[in-house]
Amino acid sequence: MSDDTVPRRKFLLGAGLAGTAIAAGLSDRAEAQQPAPTTPAPAPDAEPYVNLTALEAAFIVAAVDTLIPADELSPSGSDCGVAIFIDRQLGSAWGGGAKMYRSGPYLKGKPEQGYQLALTPREFFAAGIAAANAWTRKTWGKDFDRLASADRVTALKAMEEGKAAFENFEARGFFSQLHAITMAGFFSDPIYGGNRDKAGWKVLGFPGLPATYADKIDAYRDKRYVADPQSIADFS
Amino acid sequence: MAKRLKETDAVVIGMGFTGAILSRELTKAGLNVVGLERGADRNPADEFTLTRLRDELRYVVRLELMQDNSIDTITFRNAPDEFALPIRRFGAFLPGEGVGGTGIHWGALHWRFLPTDFRIKSLLKEKYGAKAIPDTMTIQDWPVSYDELEPFYDRFDKLCGVSGQAGNLRGKVVAGGNPFEGARSDDYPNKPIKTGTGPAIFSDAAKNLGYHPFPLPSATSSAAYVNPEGITLGSCEYCGHCNRTACEANAKASPNVNVMPVLRTEPKFELRTRTFVTRLLYDKQAKRVTGVVYTDIKTGEEYEQPAGIVVLSSFVFGNVQQLLLAGIGEPYDPRTAKGVVGKNYCYQFEAGGEAFFEGREFNPFMGAPGMGTGIDDFNGENFDHANLGFFGGGYIACLNGGAPPIGGRVLPKGEPRWGVGWKQAEAKWYRCNTRFNTQGSVYAHRDNFMDLDPTYKDALGRPLLRLTYNATENDHKMSRYLVEKMEGVIKAMNPTHYEVHNRPKNFTIVPYQSTHNTGGTIMGPDPGSSVVNRYLQAWGAHNLFVQGASVFPQQHGYNPTGTLGALAYWSAKAITEKYIKNPGPLVNA
Repeated sequence: MSDDTVPRRKFLLGAGLAGTAIAAGLSDRAEAQQPAPTTPAPAPDAEPYVNLTALEAAFIVAAVDTLIPADELSPSGSDCGVAIFIDRQLGSAWGGGAKMYRSGPYLKGKPEQGYQLALTPREFFAAGIAAANAWTRKTWGKDFDRLASADRVTALKAMEEGKAAFENFEARGFFSQLHAITMAGFFSDPIYGGNRDKAGWKVLGFPGLPATYADKIDAYRDKRYVADPQSIADFS
Repeated sequence: MAKRLKETDAVVIGMGFTGAILSRELTKAGLNVVGLERGADRNPADEFTLTRLRDELRYVVRLELMQDNSIDTITFRNAPDEFALPIRRFGAFLPGEGVGGTGIHWGALHWRFLPTDFRIKSLLKEKYGAKAIPDTMTIQDWPVSYDELEPFYDRFDKLCGVSGQAGNLRGKVVAGGNPFEGARSDDYPNKPIKTGTGPAIFSDAAKNLGYHPFPLPSATSSAAYVNPEGITLGSCEYCGHCNRTACEANAKASPNVNVMPVLRTEPKFELRTRTFVTRLLYDKQAKRVTGVVYTDIKTGEEYEQPAGIVVLSSFVFGNVQQLLLAGIGEPYDPRTAKGVVGKNYCYQFEAGGEAFFEGREFNPFMGAPGMGTGIDDFNGENFDHANLGFFGGGYIACLNGGAPPIGGRVLPKGEPRWGVGWKQAEAKWYRCNTRFNTQGSVYAHRDNFMDLDPTYKDALGRPLLRLTYNATENDHKMSRYLVEKMEGVIKAMNPTHYEVHNRPKNFTIVPYQSTHNTGGTIMGPDPGSSVVNRYLQAWGAHNLFVQGASVFPQQHGYNPTGTLGALAYWSAKAITEKYIKNPGPLVNA
């Protein structure tokens, strides 16, 4: 099991949260039986999660690293801050269901009628992660974040195609939301915690937010315009 | 118990484009006007600023400027025999909220309808026979002609500093413009905005096929411009961040930039924001609206505002809901096809596609609202419909409005959407694709309508508006025809790869499609077939003037804002020159 425990332990350390409170919360889990480091050395730019639980964060890190693997074009999703982004977004007004009509009766409806659950985005992800982990435990005997990387890919594909038989939750809808928020994290302004070092923008060749192209649109017709991307913080 | 306020000459409900125009015209005529806006004030100097606006997550993804559905939404179903459910967060369409309304975040495509659109029902009968129009297609002629409306189109063009290339100047066809457009009394205020590489290739290909490409008309000034209100507009910066947000350069037209600065200094105008109008006070006997009741969201206090004239200028859904709640006009019943309020709900039937040109560099992040080229050869009655099996049409365009990184990416089918190889695909295709769109008309259908929902209520306790809508066979046939023509041009552009997307059978409330919702308080020749007369005056209440696309008898193959702005000026002229002097019906029923 030791190789399985590595990702989650690494995550806990990377998150700078591997303290006793977390370990206590995981007392029945394998990694909690390991001696907890008394003075964890946080990763250089580790940030604490403020909304996701440790289990949820482990799932999200594993998911965004599977959706956005490290390669020659960018570091992994979590190393680009995408998991932190998701943590912050789910705790934002949007994550809490702001501007969302929440009166009942709640009925299932047709797909054409759109989202009809009582869950806020925060609650939707909590339920989705729990359902996904329950399904991977049934299928592979492990939580999603403990799966070998090839199995994670298989699991996400099954969710995407609606072939993952979640209990009481819609796998395809969950994947769709997970994919959307991951992409938002990789490509939104770094001020929200993701797209660290503008990694996402660099993949595309997107120059960020210069004020004007009025003097460039003709000059760069059919010619690549290259610029070091600028973010909100660069202008602030 | 509502606190009764001092009567005002006119109250305007909703401060989008039409509300701002009516407020301006009525105060100019000497009336005291109270503007009620349920959303926040939005002041460009404070809010339309950098770096604030360059935030795709806030504006495009999380919909900063859109209506707050926790307070108010609509319910939706595809057909009258289904159970409608609330739209919990808007998706397919995005009405705005706050001063400026939907006129802040729009795409600024600024069109006029065709002269033939205004008499479409008569024309179809003349051309294809009295029985050519199916019984279920409840289209109507407009009670106003293009020629009558033209001076007001011109006024609205100038207010917005529209950029474009005239195709028909005072009856003379001008090379490079849209040869199908109605005659303009004056040229566009500004020269066309620049086009990107994709639209330029589209233009060449369309020309080679014998079509008539032209730069799309856009309410984005291509150069500094002083509008007739004396307001200086900036020049487009091609920043590519325009859609669903505002413009810090004051180039993209909005009520906030193009009208409100004058109103804000007008002593006869009083703006009250965060005021939610819950009902119109209707005196059925006198055929008058005596005022409105609203709740001040900031204090919880309820007020009655008596008024001599009431201008209803909220979004389509709000307009229809207010009339139904007040009992002004007979509600439409699809079973009998009787009644008028809620009738002829129409949408815009947009289908599109994209083409990829491997190895080329389009710099898709440089863009402007309405930046693109189009052809109008397959719009309205610009082409013969004999034996086609459908009516209507739309313009076909290649657009370059800016491709922000979260929502502006597109990949060819077969490329991975995530995981190994995905980033490589994005890196390969992001910078070398261009998008296409067909702006299909929607000719009204008997079963598509709006009424009050029997189950769901808004935060102020009022029944929500219920939308019953689905795409029709006519819509699909029309759209497939447009897509086929669009595909012909795309092929001629010789891309590495392309895809076209026909619309799914049923209309769905997600994803985003278009905010061109129309109808429900339609204009017409008599109270039996319409809610308002040719001056947008309600048949059931002579001091009530209903503005916006809710008065369109059906939706044609163009973006609606140009026409709803022209109608606002047309209606304002009737109020200030005729109605004020002699209050009463301007058209005899």
